[in-house]
Amino acid sequence: MARRARPLGPAVAAGAAAAALVLALALVPLGAVAWRAEAGAGLGPADWAAVRFTLWQAFLSAALSCLLAVPVARALARRNFAGRGVLITLLGAPFILPVIVAVLGLLAVYGRSGLISDALGLLGLGPIDIYGLTGVVLAHVFFNLPLATRLVLQGWLAIPSERFRLAASLGFAPSDVARVLERPMLRATLPGAFLVIFLICMTSFAVALTLGGGPRATTVELAIYQAFRFEFDLGRAALLALVQFALCAAAAVLAFAVALPTGMGAGLDRPVARWDATGRALRLTDAAWLAFAALFLILPLGMVVAKGLPGMAGLPASVFAAAARSVLVALGSAALTLALALPLALAAVRLGGAGGAALQAAGTLSIATSPLVIGTGLFILLFPVADPVALALPVTALVNAAMSLPFALRALVPAVAEAEAGFGRLADSLGVAGRSRLRLVLLPRLRRPAGFALGLSAALSMGDLGVIALFADPSQATLPLQLYRLMAAYRMEDAAGAALLLLILSLALFWVFDRGGRAHAAA
Amino acid sequence: MRFPMIAAAALAAGPAPAQTPVLTVYTYDSFVTEWGPGPQVEAAFEDVCGCDLRFLAMGDGAALLARLQLEGARTEADIVMGLDTNLTARAADTGLFARHGRDDVKLDLPVGWDDDMFLPYDWGYFAFVYDKTKLATPPGSFQELIAAPEDLKIIIQDPRSSTPGLGLLLWVQAAYGERAGEIWQGLAPHVLTVTKGWSEAYGLFVEGEADMVLSYTTSPAYHLIAEGDDTKAAAPFAEGHYMQIEVAGRIASSDQPELAERFLDFMLTDAFQSVIPTTNWMYPAVTPEGGLPQGFETLISPDEALIYAAGEAAKVRDAALETWRAALAR
Repeated sequence: MARRARPLGPAVAAGAAAAALVLALALVPLGAVAWRAEAGAGLGPADWAAVRFTLWQAFLSAALSCLLAVPVARALARRNFAGRGVLITLLGAPFILPVIVAVLGLLAVYGRSGLISDALGLLGLGPIDIYGLTGVVLAHVFFNLPLATRLVLQGWLAIPSERFRLAASLGFAPSDVARVLERPMLRATLPGAFLVIFLICMTSFAVALTLGGGPRATTVELAIYQAFRFEFDLGRAALLALVQFALCAAAAVLAFAVALPTGMGAGLDRPVARWDATGRALRLTDAAWLAFAALFLILPLGMVVAKGLPGMAGLPASVFAAAARSVLVALGSAALTLALALPLALAAVRLGGAGGAALQAAGTLSIATSPLVIGTGLFILLFPVADPVALALPVTALVNAAMSLPFALRALVPAVAEAEAGFGRLADSLGVAGRSRLRLVLLPRLRRPAGFALGLSAALSMGDLGVIALFADPSQATLPLQLYRLMAAYRMEDAAGAALLLLILSLALFWVFDRGGRAHAAA
Repeated sequence: MRFPMIAAAALAAGPAPAQTPVLTVYTYDSFVTEWGPGPQVEAAFEDVCGCDLRFLAMGDGAALLARLQLEGARTEADIVMGLDTNLTARAADTGLFARHGRDDVKLDLPVGWDDDMFLPYDWGYFAFVYDKTKLATPPGSFQELIAAPEDLKIIIQDPRSSTPGLGLLLWVQAAYGERAGEIWQGLAPHVLTVTKGWSEAYGLFVEGEADMVLSYTTSPAYHLIAEGDDTKAAAPFAEGHYMQIEVAGRIASSDQPELAERFLDFMLTDAFQSVIPTTNWMYPAVTPEGGLPQGFETLISPDEALIYAAGEAAKVRDAALETWRAALAR
């Protein structure tokens, strides 16, 4: 009740402003496309088939990613082993690769001429065929299992070590720890993780098409492409984008209704010791899950590295210039992401309840709009007043920031909530408010999630082709765009080299920020 | 570091040549990259025009037209280069283009040309490309491809998002008309997958995912000339091959109409045309005096060229797409 007495203050105002900005970025371009449209055709049966397929594959992909993430994150949370840090960093890798690179890496393992098919060939068996729903879900899990694992792992690491200590002194068995400590944490974390993955998979297009094996795997985003470039029917494109947005919004409402806040209380940030998980069977299970995750993720990445090395040496200078441009955009985008996410997270926690959920939903739905529609809408809006080409890089940074906001929020909101729950009352009673509250109480406890959010958004921006393709000027290519250009010029080896450079730079950016955030975690 | 360098470059260029007229050419992305024709074309034209040639690139031909439609009469373009005959009818409908007014253009196309608004600058045939070391006897027609063992796999592009994908759709339609649906049903088991664009498909093919990929008859020339690799070939199909003709047009409201006219003339001279074969990997619309580069003589040359007239393509397209979707969605 003390909370109510405190004025909502500037934090909520700033958060509401950030949410409004993000919502506007998602919806105003959509409105612009609709406004520019002449009377278009309505949606036909093929469109509804696309909607059904989109929902189904997104649901399967998100469910499977989350399901697999729980044992992997649990193993990472309660085991300490050489290479743990590297594995955690590599978990960021698939997510940030441009689609085409990841698909080629995946097919180098699971394709008709991939490692597995080759091995089967030695045994006299035919190649495996993953094209279809299997391929789509496999690729989406490859992209998103790491993300889900990181988000769930954040949840695990946020359980204070004192709780495990208490559990040990009470003689808790592993099943008791799971029931009392872990399940409530998962109840709070998983719906959000499920939601962001579901939303990413909703707007998937090139992955779904390539691995889905053809028009069976038509998603709404592909239908938007058709409306836009095949028919130039802006009205239909806007209508499809609206349907996609509405479905995503419904999913968001559902997910936030299911999520329950935890009541872990505060701790003293001592290192976690797990007396409950020393049994031999549990060790073996964890080792098996870690080996599975490592193989599943590292094999395709290893193929990207192996194929990229020969092309690395002879990369043209333009690729490095594009890389420098991409790093600048990524840094700008990361800073913007945090500038939007922090006030949003603070406001969402301060408001709590339906208001807080609404703010979070607003910040999450930016990935629910079609990138093609956002890009086109921004072009329609900017063209009369400014030269869109001159604004290509800043606009790309802004859109990329909006696209990584949901992930940043997933990392920050639970951490802010924990900090406020643990230290809010003490801070209130001491009259610590405003900026000093942020500096003394919140920021020190947000280092880890903020570092993760910065790293993820920088890396995401690095790998995303984004709206730059719609605005580009020949001299302004970013690294992903330059990679596509190499491929379009038949230079597949150079393209593989550029992909490796992209992988290295993205991982380096991710590592620097993420590491910075964890610097004091062991203290 | 970047900004001082740009500043230095600006200083080195001397006093701003404010009087130099600027000709703005909209084209597709791969034209302007350092591997495309753009840089050489720009240098050659600027040598003779006393102007600044400025390329603006966007995606591919369809994205280019969509951009032009979004910009409407306010477009900055003086020339739009990179549409093909599947797009010219829609482009003409925008009312933005001027007639080129030339009635005696000498072109080396396998088909006649009578469009009074757009001028071709290069052309090619769609074809299935394969690796000779892996596929000894490629199918010689759609019928043979259908009859081939089911493990012979092809990769094609989606007509909704890709130019070659649309080309194949019209190829089957032009060759088989009413029977197109039957052909697609026969092809369906051989279609390993359908990709968003040409790059994805060709990348997968180079990685060995499939036996054949939809590309151009000129694709093997790249491997031969640029990489010294003669293992790739295009399979000649008995039904004939569908053509792509890439064209340019002048924007009527341009503030540089004379320069634009000069560019269209220049486009059909050797200085432009001789750049095309080994940068755009297409056939030049006017064979340069020195002939085609060595290596092009190894390419197949189809007996029959298939192509719909500009307005026709738009008419058959929607029904053909529905047929395609229905046959492949099973």
